[in-house]
Amino acid sequence: MRFLITAIALIFLTVFVVLPLVVVFAQAFAKGIGTYFAALGEPEALSAIRLTLLTAFISVSLNLVFGVIAAWAISKFEFRGKTLLITLIDLPFSVSPVISGLVFVLMFGAQGYWGPWLQSHNIHILFALPGIALATTFVTFPFVARSLIPLMQEQGTQEEEAAISLGASGLQTFFRVTLPNVKWGLLYGVLLCNARAMGEFGAVSVVSGHIRGETNTMPLLVEILYNEYQFVSSFAIASLLAMLALITLIAKTILERHLDEGQLSGGD
Amino acid sequence: MAIEVKNLVKKFGTFAALDHVDLRVADGELLALLGPSGSGKTTLLRIIAGLDWPDSGEVSFDGQDALAHGAGERNVGFVFQHYALFRHMTVFENVAFGLRVQPRAVRKDEAAIRARVKELLDLVQLDWLSDRYPSQLSGGQRQRIALARALAIEPRILLLDEPFGALDAKVRKELRQWLRSLHSEIHVTSIFVTHDQEEALEVANRVVVMDKGRIEQVGTPGDVYDNPATAFVHGFIGESIVLPVDVSEGCVRLGKKVLNIAADGLESGASRLFIRRHDMQVEPAGTGALEGAVRHVRTFGPIQRAEVALSVVDGETLIEIDAPRDRPLQVGDVIGLHPRRFRIFAGQE
Repeated sequence: MRFLITAIALIFLTVFVVLPLVVVFAQAFAKGIGTYFAALGEPEALSAIRLTLLTAFISVSLNLVFGVIAAWAISKFEFRGKTLLITLIDLPFSVSPVISGLVFVLMFGAQGYWGPWLQSHNIHILFALPGIALATTFVTFPFVARSLIPLMQEQGTQEEEAAISLGASGLQTFFRVTLPNVKWGLLYGVLLCNARAMGEFGAVSVVSGHIRGETNTMPLLVEILYNEYQFVSSFAIASLLAMLALITLIAKTILERHLDEGQLSGGD
Repeated sequence: MAIEVKNLVKKFGTFAALDHVDLRVADGELLALLGPSGSGKTTLLRIIAGLDWPDSGEVSFDGQDALAHGAGERNVGFVFQHYALFRHMTVFENVAFGLRVQPRAVRKDEAAIRARVKELLDLVQLDWLSDRYPSQLSGGQRQRIALARALAIEPRILLLDEPFGALDAKVRKELRQWLRSLHSEIHVTSIFVTHDQEEALEVANRVVVMDKGRIEQVGTPGDVYDNPATAFVHGFIGESIVLPVDVSEGCVRLGKKVLNIAADGLESGASRLFIRRHDMQVEPAGTGALEGAVRHVRTFGPIQRAEVALSVVDGETLIEIDAPRDRPLQVGDVIGLHPRRFRIFAGQE
């Protein structure tokens, strides 16, 4: 019986997880290593990689700052509307990414609320890096906050109170006590946030405008190349994203081990 | 440093945690705040520390308004119930924390900080643990490190919230004596909160008994035990026999029976008679203020504890008494009982 269940799980995992991964790499290397690297060296591919890295950097940085602030406020202070704020933080997870993208079109598009004003001042948000970064930031906001809130709530406020009573200022307390206590949780949130930021398709697709060599991120380029039957190029870029996923997975496992230890050492 | 608290009020929603509290603590005292949970003792301690703020009232240290300053400026050492050691720092860094966060102008140099931490770890006899993390320490060790950390800033006042609450019985006992001897060594004004009367009576110079956000009595340990000011204090400290009685025209009645005890100067009306278990003297049947049948006897150490059914007109009441073992009691004996000492407080619950 146990053998049967294990076998079913393994077969399922192979068909749905391992096989697709193998196919990605097989297709990428179908015409040899030379072609693979040539495909990655294309200007369009390089531009997509650059844009993706830049977008991920911007949105992870923003979410790091705002996620930590939101988690700090929610877990260490009591105020009205706290429950509402917690619910709002989850909003990007519950909304379809396409809708998230459309929201930005409605705000910044030519027919949007601020569109005419932006146009008259020659500020480009949609179909440019700011729009892509904004949409990605929106979609990936919950990761950092979500990974910190339970941890911070569990740790309570006693260590902060101790620091304050020992004469530490608010900032000293934050940087010397609060932040070190959640560092593994924070890294974990950043890691997941980064993986999602680089892989985001839906919201970015709506705001990017698909300008070749300019506003295509890696996931967008994969789709475009695939639709144009350039399978090797398409899968070559897809293989980079797949590798990102594998690295994320490994890093996540390591971090989770640290997180468990951190929580164990917290108990008294 | 003397502490004065005037007319302090603190409400959480509709619950009055502190209800017009006044208290004076003299310089160098070791004071216990004793009371059941919810009596407001921890709230009072946190307000003195600056970790909570009162709705109204005054707190002053040596005549200076303490409420004008935040917790960090009051120079108060606070030891938390669950120690609140910084989990990501070694014992050494925990103790050094208060010295390292000082403004640059007054901060000691590294060598001076190291010397001071070493001195404190020696004081709490745990210098051999300086490289460990809090999770690697026992409860008693964490407690002493928390104390060393609080003392590092040379506080003018030391506040301890249930300092022995989370420890097992044997360690508690050791730490109590240790805290008392530490206090006589460093002599800083200290207040600790406890719900354990034995702890309060054994460690403190003075005990403040609190209930429902009010101070019921302030006195030496002997005082609060021997001369409880209120029914609450009598019931809370030490084991008491409580009997509902009626006082009228200088007579004390239990049910319809008039008790042969003095009732001079007592208010008439429904009251409660409080007697310590060991203050109940066993007499031959027919004499004494009360009479009853022994239902059950257990002996431990120098005393025998007997369950006695007092005969009252409308039924019987069970009480427990502690008697010396020189005259053994038997189940079924009918005995007279006379309270050597007793207190009568007006009102019934």
